[in-house]
Amino acid sequence: MSGRVLVGVKRVIDYAVKIRVKPDKSSVVTDGVKHSMNPFCEIAVEEAVKMKEKKLIKEVVAVSCGPQQAQETIRTALAMGADRGIHVEVTGKDYETLGPLQISKIMAALAKKEEAQLIILGKQAIDDDCNQTGQMTAALLDWPQGTFASEVSLEGDKIKVVREVDGGLETIKINIPAVITADLRLNTPRYATLPNIMKAKKKKIANMKPADLGVDITSRLEVLRVDEPPQRQAGVKVETVEDLVSKLKEAGLV
Amino acid sequence: TSLNIALAVCLAGCRSLSQLAELPETHQLLRQTCRDFADRELSPIAARLDKKHSYPAKQIQELGAMGVMAMEVPEELGGAGMDYLAYSLAMEEISRGCASTGVVVSVNNSLYIGPILKNGTEEQKMQWITPFTTGEKVGCFALSEPGNGSDAGAASTVAHQDGDEWVLNGTKAWITNSWDASATVVFATTDKKLKHKGISAFLIPIPHPGLSLGKKEDKLGIRASSTANIILEDCRVPLDNMLGPRGAGFKIAMQTLDSGRIGIASQALGIAQASLDCAADYAHKRTAFGSPISKLQAIQIKLADMAVAIESARLLTWKAALLRDSKKPFTKEAAMAKLAASEAATFCSHQAIQILGGMGYVSDMPAERHYRDARITEIYEGTSEIQRLVIAGQLLKEYQS
Repeated sequence: MSGRVLVGVKRVIDYAVKIRVKPDKSSVVTDGVKHSMNPFCEIAVEEAVKMKEKKLIKEVVAVSCGPQQAQETIRTALAMGADRGIHVEVTGKDYETLGPLQISKIMAALAKKEEAQLIILGKQAIDDDCNQTGQMTAALLDWPQGTFASEVSLEGDKIKVVREVDGGLETIKINIPAVITADLRLNTPRYATLPNIMKAKKKKIANMKPADLGVDITSRLEVLRVDEPPQRQAGVKVETVEDLVSKLKEAGLV
Repeated sequence: TSLNIALAVCLAGCRSLSQLAELPETHQLLRQTCRDFADRELSPIAARLDKKHSYPAKQIQELGAMGVMAMEVPEELGGAGMDYLAYSLAMEEISRGCASTGVVVSVNNSLYIGPILKNGTEEQKMQWITPFTTGEKVGCFALSEPGNGSDAGAASTVAHQDGDEWVLNGTKAWITNSWDASATVVFATTDKKLKHKGISAFLIPIPHPGLSLGKKEDKLGIRASSTANIILEDCRVPLDNMLGPRGAGFKIAMQTLDSGRIGIASQALGIAQASLDCAADYAHKRTAFGSPISKLQAIQIKLADMAVAIESARLLTWKAALLRDSKKPFTKEAAMAKLAASEAATFCSHQAIQILGGMGYVSDMPAERHYRDARITEIYEGTSEIQRLVIAGQLLKEYQS
């Protein structure tokens, strides 16, 4: 297989930041908060770049949907080795309600437009933890999917994917074109090298709107309220083991 | 777009002061990459490296792969082909993670590669720079002697010509990287009567017959980097190993140190910033008298003073780097940057321990390591006293005309 890979990269609040809920409970605070590329998206980019280095594919295209700042995330992907970027501009209220269904519609439209043979996404984003975009994209395109991939290899005109599932590891072979979602152990993403950061400046990022792709991004979901997780309550101290057993029995736990 | 403007400025090859307010996009990306590397690969091991005095060989190789060990070196010679502002940003972020790793990077870039890049022949550059760009090999800079540090012109290491070889004899002191280096730039006098105009620079591989290393110094800080004497006893090198013209050694050393000062200023900024980060984080969490201590004015005033010290030193450092990148004179600004940043580092690390109280005095928190690491920045590559003399000298020259 030689061809084009689309990699979706999402700009999320950095994993190390302490998340705070807005006073009106409508969403989390994002102003002035450090953002970076979703860690699973980094793994997806790394896998695509590795495939290109092994000459298994010809071109890696990084895609991100969002406001102007999404371009920073695309540039990071370019500095890691992606060839060009596509920024699908979504701002304001539309961006606040943007979710897996709309993203998968956009990715499906781009896959057709770019004649992509492979889409690699992170298995989920660390802000909404949906774990839906890959699966929905595959369904919209009627392509096979290899999700939670911890190992991906090309075997002739098929892709072998080792998936991390609850029971252990599942190995499947799927046809190309396909959608793959990256899990933690797929690879260790590289740090951008300085020469690649310089080269990334010259790589192109195309701009477009969802309407240009014929995609309707109206949300079918409404967020009613966002709450912080309940504060951890203090436990109860007991003096003896007998006390402990009787308290556990009282609570119906033994 | 701001990207196009930044691109145009970079292509024009000239640096503008507006870059002090907002860094170009490549530099922002570079800074973020180095910060991520420092957070993930250096901070978690810095305390152990310090405790065990271990050289971070793996991390130096990873930095080499990123291009950080030879930032100014053109790509044809194996470097990253970037400017000194980028180098300063990288140095600060790396030193913020681990000051010892920072000094290894700085010595390799500014003190070892620097003079060879500026004064070497094409063959010398290929032989002595290219293998030192990957992080597998690092170099060092041997100027100071047991008898003279600040008084660099009084070098007593001698080099005399014997046929087609130079023979060097003498001892160099306080050489950073010495035990981990594969080559050194050595300054020796070829004509004692000419005093500082009789000093020349030489390139010597390590190991090499006639070159031996003294014991590793047991230092207060930056303990993961090695510091030792280099002893030369009838050390013979080919005539081609002279760097630059005969008698140009002192000038080469002084020019090298000008650039090195930007590197060390950046290292000091990294240490100062790490101290501020540690102190501010602690102030949010530690409660006393019923609230976090960040509510107390005594603590707030300290944090404000620390932030001002760091930001002003940072702007001085960036200005020196920008002037150097525009090929304008930068000696005074580099000395000011090194002076301000090193004094900021000792001030901030001192205050950080104060804010942490008892916790600042124990190795459970990094504050004590920052305090120990900061101290050397006021001494090496020109003591604060020498920096003041350099600044005054430049200043008085300006007023004379």
